[in-house]
Amino acid sequence: MSSARFILKDATSENKIFSNRVIVAWLMMFVLLSLIVVRLYFLQVNAHEHYITLSKDNRIKTLPLPPTRGLIYDRNGVPLVENRVSYSLEVIPEKVKNIDFLLQEISKIIAIEEKDIKRFKKQLKQSRRFITVPLRYRLTKDEVDRFSVHSHRFFGGIEIKSNLTRYYPLGSTGAHVIGYVGRINEHELKIIDKSNYMGTNYIGKTGVEKYYEKELHGKTGFQHAETNAQGHIVRILERTPPVPGKNLYLNIDISLQKDIERLVAKHRAAVVAIEPKSGGVLALVSMPHYDPNLFVNGIDTKTYHKLRDSLARPLINRAIRGQYPPGSTVKAFVGLAGLEYGTRTPRSRTWCRGWYSLKGHKHRYRDWKKSGHGSMNLHQAIEQSCDVYFYSLAHDLGIDRLHTFMRRFGFGEKTGIDISGPLQLAVATATLSNRGRFTQPRVVFAMDDARNNEMTVVPPTLQTTIVLKHASYWNTAIGGMKAVVHGWRGTAKKVSKNSRYRFAGKTGTAQVITIKQKETYNAKKLAKKYHDHALFVAFAPLKKPRIAVSVIVENGGSGSKIAAPLAKKVMDYYLLQKSPLYVASTKTSR
Amino acid sequence: MQTRWSHNHFLHLDKPLLWGLLLLSFIGLVVLYSAGGQDLELIVRQMLRLGFGFGFMLLIARVRIQKIVPWVPWLYLFGVGLLVLVLVVGESTKGSQRWLNFGFRFQPSEVMKLAVPMMVTWYLADRPLPPSYGRLLLATIIITVPVILVAKQPDLGTALLISSSGIFVILLSGISWRFIFSSLTLGALCTPVLWYMMHDYQRQRVLTFLNPEKHPLTAGYHIIQSKIAIGSGGLYGKGWLNGTQSQLEFLPERTTDFIFAVYSEEFGLLGVLVLLGIYFFILSRGMYIAQQAQDSFSRLLVGSLVLTFFVHIFANMGMVTGLLPVVGLPLPLMSYGGTSIITLMIGFGLIMAVHTHRRLLFG
Repeated sequence: MSSARFILKDATSENKIFSNRVIVAWLMMFVLLSLIVVRLYFLQVNAHEHYITLSKDNRIKTLPLPPTRGLIYDRNGVPLVENRVSYSLEVIPEKVKNIDFLLQEISKIIAIEEKDIKRFKKQLKQSRRFITVPLRYRLTKDEVDRFSVHSHRFFGGIEIKSNLTRYYPLGSTGAHVIGYVGRINEHELKIIDKSNYMGTNYIGKTGVEKYYEKELHGKTGFQHAETNAQGHIVRILERTPPVPGKNLYLNIDISLQKDIERLVAKHRAAVVAIEPKSGGVLALVSMPHYDPNLFVNGIDTKTYHKLRDSLARPLINRAIRGQYPPGSTVKAFVGLAGLEYGTRTPRSRTWCRGWYSLKGHKHRYRDWKKSGHGSMNLHQAIEQSCDVYFYSLAHDLGIDRLHTFMRRFGFGEKTGIDISGPLQLAVATATLSNRGRFTQPRVVFAMDDARNNEMTVVPPTLQTTIVLKHASYWNTAIGGMKAVVHGWRGTAKKVSKNSRYRFAGKTGTAQVITIKQKETYNAKKLAKKYHDHALFVAFAPLKKPRIAVSVIVENGGSGSKIAAPLAKKVMDYYLLQKSPLYVASTKTSR
Repeated sequence: MQTRWSHNHFLHLDKPLLWGLLLLSFIGLVVLYSAGGQDLELIVRQMLRLGFGFGFMLLIARVRIQKIVPWVPWLYLFGVGLLVLVLVVGESTKGSQRWLNFGFRFQPSEVMKLAVPMMVTWYLADRPLPPSYGRLLLATIIITVPVILVAKQPDLGTALLISSSGIFVILLSGISWRFIFSSLTLGALCTPVLWYMMHDYQRQRVLTFLNPEKHPLTAGYHIIQSKIAIGSGGLYGKGWLNGTQSQLEFLPERTTDFIFAVYSEEFGLLGVLVLLGIYFFILSRGMYIAQQAQDSFSRLLVGSLVLTFFVHIFANMGMVTGLLPVVGLPLPLMSYGGTSIITLMIGFGLIMAVHTHRRLLFG
């Protein structure tokens, strides 16, 4: 560089201008940096609270911790339900930009039905963005594997979750008592405490699963977790652990239940067995039954319609919901009413000529024995099931007194004695066998707390004793019922043949259609659905009874021919432990 | 003169500037450690780069500035040649073509950050100042050619830096204020033309800047998360390694362009004031060196380099705080990154060379 270059320049003037510009530039920098400071003051001081809130929202998420549903055992500790691990496909809404595209892509890998998508979309609208929404339940192992291979294609927007699903290992055995769980529907969604059901997809729908829903479900826990931008949990800030549901122990003896179900498998029938002392329900059979596992993850419409529309009505619990005219099975109770109100004495007699008419009326109420039973006292009237004796007694008592008395045995409030369910009949029979001590029937015996293994016995809600004017009246009624099976003229005397214990019972045959005055009942001429219902109530052993049973076989015909032998077998199974199942279960249980 | 404390005659280093830069680099490493998820390897790599940078500064500072002057036009032409080459055979990443591969990856636009202000200065300082209009026109062409080439890559941030470095030379050369203001007006009128020439993603950035909340999970995400980080830091900050926005990865580009947000979140407004103080000290020292320079070439070059450094800082902080659109510019000496540190330190080497090679009048 030659110094000649600078000769023509006015150094002083250039210097001056440059200094001037440098000062202006320096001031400009100062002003602009101050602008940054002002901006930061606004963000960090003025709007600090606002941004603190945003930053917390960003990172802290509250996630539900669903409780484990309580298990159900029978009285011998045989598990009736299981919580099985199953895999479901779940979508994380906040990580999915285009739901439709995702659904299209995932259905190339895993079969997803239209109804799955429909339910998914409905649920998606209601759920929060960071809580997963199930798309498909019960993936097969194959599907899980296939998804794992392709999972990277979904950028974490979809994942496999393992959860516990209810499984009923015994299938249809005891289905009506145990009930089943199913997905929470819209109606239930309105009733339940939503925060306690966050993260839970199932709720009890029928049976014990429904009636003890609160105990079985437990309490949902929560955790406040710090998450990163990908939604992964970095740290758990606060955790309220879930309270698992309580385990239930039923009074049901599942092997007895299974035996009875096998016995009546061919019929439409209901059988209830009760332990008179405790009111514990030993068996509650309603046939035909169904497989509750079908309902857990949503039954398909076709199968459901088939079950619902079947004439055999498998979905209805006949033991509780079924309403039948009890027929002659209540005769012992009506007799007791007669004694209690002084209308009859144990010795007073009524002449049976084969029919009964009210004074001034022509209508004849026919006795089942056309020729008549002749002179009858109460004992004999029960033994031989003399209709005329009880027509006359009922007339003398009047409906009000009869109704009041029957109510004490637990017969329906509204329906009086006209119709009642198998459970009511069994309870009344148990009360009679207890000589008046009434105990509310109970399916659940005890529940335990999974946290501390503390077992609490469920106390009966109602326990009363029916006191009669003379305790001996019980003997008359029970004696009559004993004679039904053990007396030489008893209507069900055949069933006591070779019996290793003594018991009491009462047959019943309920008409399904009215037989006209001049016609006679002829099963052969009638369609099966118009055949009489066969009923039988019994308890055994006679002294210190351990089981009270009611049996109803729909359109089974005569109580003595069909229902009574069934009831005897039920008692045999229980008292003599005749069942191979029972032996097996007592060996394996606690 | 203040030789004792201010510079070392053997190493030709300006001590105040050196301390400022070292302090800044140290703070940068501390913040990077936090922003990078406490990854020591990252720190080591950054330290290596800084080491190279300071090394280059040391080397350049030893050279008398007058020895560089004859090489300036050749450097400029070489740079323009490389830029053309980039457009023809360059490697592309993320939709822009910025790199040349000579066995190592090299970004020619970095050369132009220094070549353009040097070339403009070389051209203008040759004759008496202020320059004539004719020379001004040629100077504008010298600036425009590489800027267009860089903008075409497209690399808006670097194009902005290169053009401002050239324009600062012109402004400092003493052209009249009247001329400056009329040019600014003309420039404002040209904005629609610029809009027309922009890439879609660049337009999107401007639109996003104007309304970030409209695209919370896409384009506006950067700005929103950055504002949350800064705002939640408050006056005192959340503390080192405790910035939730950055530690939990809500803040994108936290080790590079958005490192200032990490710093603001963890050290608060007070920390930011300290940082800005250091930057302002470096800028002031730079302007002082320009003021003290003894020839037109030196002072125009130093002035332009210091002002460009300022634009670099301001554009980054303006972007991170939501004052300016998102233009991909790192924060000098704080952000993690390669080539730009070397260029920057060579620039500081030039500044120091100017200061330490003055002919001492009273020596």
